[in-house]
Amino acid sequence: MSNKKKKKLTPTQQEYQALANNLEPKRPVMANCIKAFLVGGTICTLGQGLQWMFIEYFNFTEDTAGDPTVAVLIFISALLTGLGVYDHIAQFGGAGTAVPVTGFANTVASASIEHRSEGYVLGVGGNMFKLAGSVIAFGVFSAFVVALVKITIKKLGGM
Amino acid sequence: MALEKFLWAFVIGGGICVIGQIMMDVFRLTPSHTMSTLVVAGAVLGGLGLYEPLIKFAGAGASVPISSFGNSLVKGALAEAEKTGIIGVLTGIFEVTSAGVSAAIIFGFIASLLFRPKA
Repeated sequence: MSNKKKKKLTPTQQEYQALANNLEPKRPVMANCIKAFLVGGTICTLGQGLQWMFIEYFNFTEDTAGDPTVAVLIFISALLTGLGVYDHIAQFGGAGTAVPVTGFANTVASASIEHRSEGYVLGVGGNMFKLAGSVIAFGVFSAFVVALVKITIKKLGGM
Repeated sequence: MALEKFLWAFVIGGGICVIGQIMMDVFRLTPSHTMSTLVVAGAVLGGLGLYEPLIKFAGAGASVPISSFGNSLVKGALAEAEKTGIIGVLTGIFEVTSAGVSAAIIFGFIASLLFRPKA
């Protein structure tokens, strides 16, 4: 909690906050990082393997092989999410499963499956990007700003 | 493709995931905040021209983590802007990433047709 917010609390609330912080189980940061490293690294190595396969056997180049690689990873992720396996991997891997593109596909697929009881239009269609939407929104907006800045700099003769 | 490319994919990809884990555990960000931050970081690095060399070096280790999504958005926008002028920023922004976004929508939708939520 930020200091600004803390000042607004009454002394009793502050005491409670301190107590709650003490009682909260310490996160095993080191162990989590090692798990994230291993799982995330494995997923990326799998991606590298797919990319190699597409270049070697399907006539893709280094530049174009990224698309089918990502598509296959997303397919695998959506399938594992549907089968309920991805959650188990995610429980172990933490950010190692959330950060790769498979984590993005997992949030889309799990939100779709979870809301199907509300119908396909309002449930699946409306909630599909409930979690992944922030990634797209922030990604597109920041990319827009970055691209404009870069074009402006270029126009002014820099870079 | 040499074996060392796989090694670097593992090391760099795992390293980016560790950064994400630290953001979640030490800075107490939610997974959504972590992913959004990484995407913005990827876009900024892409704009500075630093992300492409990382992909050249680490292959899928840099192109599979979500930060590459931000880089690809910038890349598509700039490439199209080069061809068609300023409007290219709007038309090109999803050009490179459309495979990922479409695949996520399509397979996510199919998953919702086939699977029921687990209790």
